[in-house]
Amino acid sequence: MPVRENGSLKVWQRRSGRESLFHWLIWLVGIAIFAYCWQQISNATTWFFVWDAPRISQDIWTRATPPRWEYISQLGKPIWDTLNIATLGTIISLFLAVPVAFLAARNTTPSALFIRPIALLIIVSTRSINSLIWALLLIAIIGPGVFAGVVAIAIRSIGFCAKLLYEAIEEIDATQVEAITATGASRWQVMAYGIVPQIMPAFAGIAVFRWDINIRESTVLGLVGAGGIGLQLSSSLNVLAWPQVSLILLVILAAVVISEWVSAKVRAAII
Amino acid sequence: MLRLEKLVKTYKTGDQALKAVDLDIPEGQVLALIGPSGAGKSTLIRCINRLVEPTTGKVWLDGTELTGLSSSGLRRERRRMGMIFQEYALVERLSVMENVLSGRLGYVGFWRSFLRRYPQSDVDEAFRLLDRVGLAHMADKRADELSGGQRQRVGICRALIQNPAVLLVDEPTASLDPKTSRQIMRLICELCRERGLAAIINIHDVALAQMFVQRVIGLRFGAVEFDGPPEGLTPEVLTTIYGEEDWEATIAPVDEDEETAVEAAE
Repeated sequence: MPVRENGSLKVWQRRSGRESLFHWLIWLVGIAIFAYCWQQISNATTWFFVWDAPRISQDIWTRATPPRWEYISQLGKPIWDTLNIATLGTIISLFLAVPVAFLAARNTTPSALFIRPIALLIIVSTRSINSLIWALLLIAIIGPGVFAGVVAIAIRSIGFCAKLLYEAIEEIDATQVEAITATGASRWQVMAYGIVPQIMPAFAGIAVFRWDINIRESTVLGLVGAGGIGLQLSSSLNVLAWPQVSLILLVILAAVVISEWVSAKVRAAII
Repeated sequence: MLRLEKLVKTYKTGDQALKAVDLDIPEGQVLALIGPSGAGKSTLIRCINRLVEPTTGKVWLDGTELTGLSSSGLRRERRRMGMIFQEYALVERLSVMENVLSGRLGYVGFWRSFLRRYPQSDVDEAFRLLDRVGLAHMADKRADELSGGQRQRVGICRALIQNPAVLLVDEPTASLDPKTSRQIMRLICELCRERGLAAIINIHDVALAQMFVQRVIGLRFGAVEFDGPPEGLTPEVLTTIYGEEDWEATIAPVDEDEETAVEAAE
């Protein structure tokens, strides 16, 4: 009990004696685990290479600067591909995510027993596999190139978009839906009038947010051959062309900063 | 015209919200449903248009039995029952006009409603109704820009454009200030009289109910405790409906009004 009688005084403490003891014990266990893990990692590390790190990074820095500016003429097309992968992938994933979200939301699913678990499974499975791994799989199936990248981004984003969207659907004001139902509207009309207007702001926010994430994800897809600027990055790394690598990183940084700026503007305009 | 026969609603939790309620409402009668919170008032009117499925019992609307209807039959009958809500229940992000026209959803097809291509007669009627409640200039405003009283007027328009035979009104004034409450109650009762509509009005404010309706039903623990004219609401009756309390102050204002009216007439 946090409140304890001390003569006529009522002393209040956040935790009782036993609770605070338990609290400290938890901290002690946590620190012990951390120390143990640190030791394990330390044993598995070749410390010679780590102590070497400042010298090596200094070396790479001198090799990478200045960036090879004239290489930019070859980066226009790849960065454009990257933007296209992100944008098309996001659009396709939204088309697929909307029905999944409606099937997964408790208040709109046709069957909470059979269909909802399937929708949730789609959400979990697409979310849990990284887009790089999706890309590797898809390159094996449909061959290397931009299309594999688009599909990888699209599949990877379904779960994310559908999850946020179905949470938005579950949070809508039920009385507005009730009111539309009471007019004698059909199931689809209830959806179009009672539900869709309520989730539009969330939908727009999710779309822009995911587009922003996808630009970052699609920059690395080329590493495995799924198109975009990552392809140039990987080939430059392979031939140790550090001035090209540094230029590519600068271009990616610029693209990400611009996309962040755009998505922040759009979100501010909607909400 | 609207008849409830032994209507029972038992929720999954085992709570019996309605215990065999019998009620007969003739054409054009406006009745108030009073009773403490949890007495089953909301459940009762929602069982009529089956927003809540009644457990057993029957509901007759002009010779059609509602509880046994298929979903398409139910939608057809829902068009004849306009509903007005406590928190207005307008679709906040749609315009006033769209909200009013949504009352026609039971009559137009999906694509027409989706593309907002309502028949001109519906649009004319919507403008007429908005004009009647004094909101013609607000048609293009978004619903969430309106004040409480204005929103409830839009809610009334949405219910009336259905061309209903009966209005189901759930606490229309609970979120409104006293003056607006009276205006809204007066408006609802006037419109019912103009159109010969029957109405069931759930209401907490006993004095307000007495002011406007012809018949009062008192509900307690899901059973009808009182059924009579508003003058019949004596302190003893209110005690049976709500429990022990000093009721003189609640019903006095109406009596005083009547007395002063009588004195003035003399």
